[in-house]
Amino acid sequence: MAEVHVNKLHKAFPDGTVAVEELSLEINDGELFVMLGPSGCGKTTTLRCIAGLEEETSGEIRIGDEVVSGLRPSQRDIAMVFQFYALYPHLSVRENMAFPLRAANAPESEINERVAEAARMLQLEPYLTRKPNKLSGGEQQRVALGRAMVRHPKAFLMDEPLTNLDAELRADMRAEVKHLQQRLGATMVYVTHDQVEAMALGDRIAIMNKGNLEQLGAPMEVYNRPATLFAARFIGSPPMNLIEAEVTNGHLTAAGDLKIAAPEGLQRGQKVIAGVRPEGLTVTESGEGVRGRVVSKEALGDETIYVVECEAGLFHIRMPATARFQEEQVVSVRHVGAAPPAYDPTSEKVVSA
Amino acid sequence: MATHIQPEGLADKGIAGETVAPPPRKERKLGSGIEIVLLAIFMVVMLFPVVWMLETALKDTRDIYAVPAKVISFTPTLDHFKNVFSSDSPVFQGFINSVIVAGFSTLIATVLGVPAAWAYSRFALKAKKDQLFFILSTRFMPPVVVVIPVFLMFRDLNLLDTLPGLILVYSAFNLPFTIWMMKGFIDEVPAEYEEAAMLDGFSRFEAFWRVTMPLLIPGIAATAVFALIFSWNEFVFSIFLITDPDTRTAPSAIAGLIGGTTIDWGLVAASAMTFAVPVLVFAFLVRKHLVAGVTLGAVRR
Repeated sequence: MAEVHVNKLHKAFPDGTVAVEELSLEINDGELFVMLGPSGCGKTTTLRCIAGLEEETSGEIRIGDEVVSGLRPSQRDIAMVFQFYALYPHLSVRENMAFPLRAANAPESEINERVAEAARMLQLEPYLTRKPNKLSGGEQQRVALGRAMVRHPKAFLMDEPLTNLDAELRADMRAEVKHLQQRLGATMVYVTHDQVEAMALGDRIAIMNKGNLEQLGAPMEVYNRPATLFAARFIGSPPMNLIEAEVTNGHLTAAGDLKIAAPEGLQRGQKVIAGVRPEGLTVTESGEGVRGRVVSKEALGDETIYVVECEAGLFHIRMPATARFQEEQVVSVRHVGAAPPAYDPTSEKVVSA
Repeated sequence: MATHIQPEGLADKGIAGETVAPPPRKERKLGSGIEIVLLAIFMVVMLFPVVWMLETALKDTRDIYAVPAKVISFTPTLDHFKNVFSSDSPVFQGFINSVIVAGFSTLIATVLGVPAAWAYSRFALKAKKDQLFFILSTRFMPPVVVVIPVFLMFRDLNLLDTLPGLILVYSAFNLPFTIWMMKGFIDEVPAEYEEAAMLDGFSRFEAFWRVTMPLLIPGIAATAVFALIFSWNEFVFSIFLITDPDTRTAPSAIAGLIGGTTIDWGLVAASAMTFAVPVLVFAFLVRKHLVAGVTLGAVRR
């Protein structure tokens, strides 16, 4: 296993679109590094540049101590798992997993041993003689993981590997990928547009937008203090409530006199946008706070999400399942808990300390 | 596709439909009756010339000229077919030449066309669409239009009356077709397969050869059959560029039988039948691949 360094990577396509702009990343040895962003944000292009499937316009990529720019994918000693698995349809599961070893001209005994080891780890032993199209989506994905594993590559590149699975299986496979990565101590670069996946898997998350890095940090860091409004909107479900407010005496005050605990590092009178998580607000029948009307409620079993219309806008509020409010009911909303991050409305960057 | 997600109890519904509304069913029966009659007439019209040729090939020379024509009441003979394959047959060498010309021109078009199609499918090229259109446009020209310039060029190059000359012309005509048809097939094979193979440690060409190639076999078979049929049936170039009986191909050899004072219609028919068989057999053998090839786009993904 090895670390991966991306230094000022720039990728422009012949038609003029810039997919990645001067991106620098340091991916540590044995780390599960998630690149998260909407489609077209450059995350897959970055991954393909690391893989050698795309040639970078400028910048440098190092895998371990080796500068890989100009090397062919086959010379980089990395493995990749694709969104559509890309299992060779004319080969059996065993031959699919043996394929990278055959490329390396490994002796037959070693091939058998490595394939058997991977099959055992991924519980694929009953399927070794089958063709990929006779497998379910989850099994196919495990074969793709097995094929990536057998060669003991320097790094794993995962291109939205779970997107094509149904929701239930996705959660299972997510756990399996994480478990596997930890057991192998593998360096893994994982691309996804699913923020839940990113939060669940990542040691660190890089949020990307339009070819730029918006934020880089551990999942809880990113969750608690998104660096930009883009990151704030992208992480969390339901998303953060972005509330326009003004710094007053020790508070952030929003329309309708909604008081929010003020973070450090702001000046009185400054106009900001406060990013309040749905769990940072609470609904009461008639307590202190601003008045609002329940627009809709989603009872999720363990919790209920209320959408409440107040003077300052629509708020998503996470409440325990014991809370019983009806739609159209007039309620009180107030802020609870720690001070939220605050953003500058024009630069869209976090300004609170 | 919807058939296996039909709910249970559909059988009951079917019976109910039968008892409640029989008229549409009757209509369908009547409709299919007319269909059968029309199709039978169509079949007779289409197959009559073929049957007549086959009969002529099997009849004794006297029976061929019999009036009224003997449709069933004749003694079949294989004499004409024997003549086709005899050592002094005027068409036998033509068949050998046709096999050589069709085989080599198809091989050349396939060997050159498949990699070209792969490149057009996989790589970003400058003015790719224009290039592809230019390639296709070479097929727009009817053979008769270019046959005279080709004749003049071939005369200077001493390629007249030679099989390599004809192979060259047929390859040139088959190549654009092969590129276009194969590009369609290759587009259907996701590029990820090759990318995965490249990351697994193979070079670009090895990835193509080991992963994409096996998946293209049905497509190549379908394309090659079409190219083969074109070369086998081609007549215009054959008759213009080759006059030597030793190097002419079967179509012009058979055409050469007609003319002169006496025409051996039995030999003509037998030659024509022999000429038709290889194409039919070949198309029949690869029919599964042909269907798989033609429907490839509908089945994948």
